[in-house]
Amino acid sequence: MCIGYIGDIVGEITVKKISEYVYEIPKMEDMLVPGRIYGNKGIIAHLVDDLKAGKEWNALKQIANVACLPGIQKAAMAMSDVHPGYGFPIGGVGAFDIEKGVISVAGVGFDINCGVRTLRTTLKKEDVEKKKKSFAEELFRTIPAGLGSTGKIRLTKDQIDEVLVKGAEYSIERGYGIKGDLNFIENNGKVKNSDPGVVSDLAKRRQFKQIGTLGSGNHYLEIQYVDEIFDEDAARIYGLEKGQILISLHCGSRALGHQIGTDYLKELHEASLKYKIPIRERELVCAPIQSEEGQKYFSAVNCGTNCAFANRQVLAHLARETTSRVFGIDETEIETFYEVGHNTAKLEKHSINGKNKELLVLRKGATRAFGPGRKEVPREYRKIGQPVLVGGTMGTCSYILHGTQKGMDDTFGSAIHGAGRNMSRMQAKKTWRAEDLLKDLEKKGIIIRGHSFSGISEEAPGAYKDATDVVDVMHNSGIALKVARVKPLISIKG
Amino acid sequence: MYRYLEHEADIGIEGIGISLEEAFTEGAKAMFNVMCEINTVKSKVPVKLFCSARDIETLFVEFLNELLGKAGIENMLFSKFEITIMNSRGHLELLGKAYGEKLDQNKHGIKTEVKAATYSGLRVKKRDTKYYVRCVLDI
Repeated sequence: MCIGYIGDIVGEITVKKISEYVYEIPKMEDMLVPGRIYGNKGIIAHLVDDLKAGKEWNALKQIANVACLPGIQKAAMAMSDVHPGYGFPIGGVGAFDIEKGVISVAGVGFDINCGVRTLRTTLKKEDVEKKKKSFAEELFRTIPAGLGSTGKIRLTKDQIDEVLVKGAEYSIERGYGIKGDLNFIENNGKVKNSDPGVVSDLAKRRQFKQIGTLGSGNHYLEIQYVDEIFDEDAARIYGLEKGQILISLHCGSRALGHQIGTDYLKELHEASLKYKIPIRERELVCAPIQSEEGQKYFSAVNCGTNCAFANRQVLAHLARETTSRVFGIDETEIETFYEVGHNTAKLEKHSINGKNKELLVLRKGATRAFGPGRKEVPREYRKIGQPVLVGGTMGTCSYILHGTQKGMDDTFGSAIHGAGRNMSRMQAKKTWRAEDLLKDLEKKGIIIRGHSFSGISEEAPGAYKDATDVVDVMHNSGIALKVARVKPLISIKG
Repeated sequence: MYRYLEHEADIGIEGIGISLEEAFTEGAKAMFNVMCEINTVKSKVPVKLFCSARDIETLFVEFLNELLGKAGIENMLFSKFEITIMNSRGHLELLGKAYGEKLDQNKHGIKTEVKAATYSGLRVKKRDTKYYVRCVLDI
């Protein structure tokens, strides 16, 4: 048994209601800050039931464990899509003091900078309805997805190093994209301080054939239409209108990111012991941000972040090419609306006790949701705030929200990333047969094309929380406000 | 023998055996059976394995991640494992081979990708005559 690992909090975790949509886990034992959860009665009851039932992996315990990490500011937070993860809960947000704080693999996840890209098109729902089946087949054929799939681009080691530094720009240089794309990607598709030298050869070799692949699990590429507009002004600024066709894709940094996580899990385990940091859950192994190990890992995360940017850029362009070909429209009629990551480590300035302070913000299954006026938000959207892309399930709906000042003040400018699961994959497989699900969804007008039947059962809409419920918590608490709801017509799964 | 443990987002695996080596290899089978129908994978081609760790718990995660790395690089799936665990100057080392074949989308009943084996829920226990090793896989 390693010295750093001291086991979960032993006392009884309690949850206190602060306001209608905000709940708190009061400080106890060595928690440095309280836990804060955004949720409604149902969402919170599910978490409390899990804890009472003694479920080993429950989000409340995970939030309390995160609250014990050195240098954490204000509160260990979970957004309303909260569910158990590993180390951090999903929907988890932790902001750390740069001098006293730590960085942890669990706060970023293995799929570094997993995120969502949404493209706007000049197509209408009726246009897609006419060719839905053949369009779905074309997308399925042109978008590499599923275990063992390989992309069109084969990279050498030197080219991988370039990807890790240049991010989405690299893909555009290779012909995958149009210049305007970069303006609407978080960080313009490239983060600094990414030294390819801190990424192992194994991580790079695993990525040679994986740029431009979707992966599997909850990753998808969807053809969606705007079903409802909640805020006309914001929608106008975002260039969205009812009935418009959007293309959304959800994926991350592929094998390179996974291997960085794996490599540094071991390294940060050693660091936790070296710096004698007490760890409540083994997966929370971490290193001081300012230590050599911490700096190396942060640089590696930045490499993974750039890899994910490059990957989504290729996929977005493949989808653009296919859509343009099928419908005979110009590629420039398919613009990037926005792209945002949800497994991230970012240096950001936030107000702490009235003082502007640089913090390391870890978001694990939570997106950045910056409010109006922030310079990080594209100029075109700055007046209203950053678009927040919330991926729903393959059978229901997704949402587009916008960030707010309230979110800046309360959650370090963070919001939900999806609906959030409420049932295990095992249970989902026992409950739904893929064949039945596909038939049901087809009746609703949604075509699913997937590489794995069991994958489809695991991702059944019923295995997730109601997206509307989860979004309403964000909206009603003022953290991020509703702009539009979109519904799927075609979903390509790994 | 292996079994799966309920986790709301990912999946827990547990390998059970009369030796640590057997429990480890059962855990590996559990992992590959998350990725594909493991009984469709022929144990034709051997691939060498090596990993080390400071304790038996983290050695299990290292072992699973070594397999994921090899599977990724070689584009293979594995179904049979032969390993030895040794003490080497204060560290534990695992040496051995994994046997499998090239991944075939049409043949192997492909299920889902495993991103990594995590330290979450990591435990190695001996109860009566059997060893139980477990952890959560990131899906």
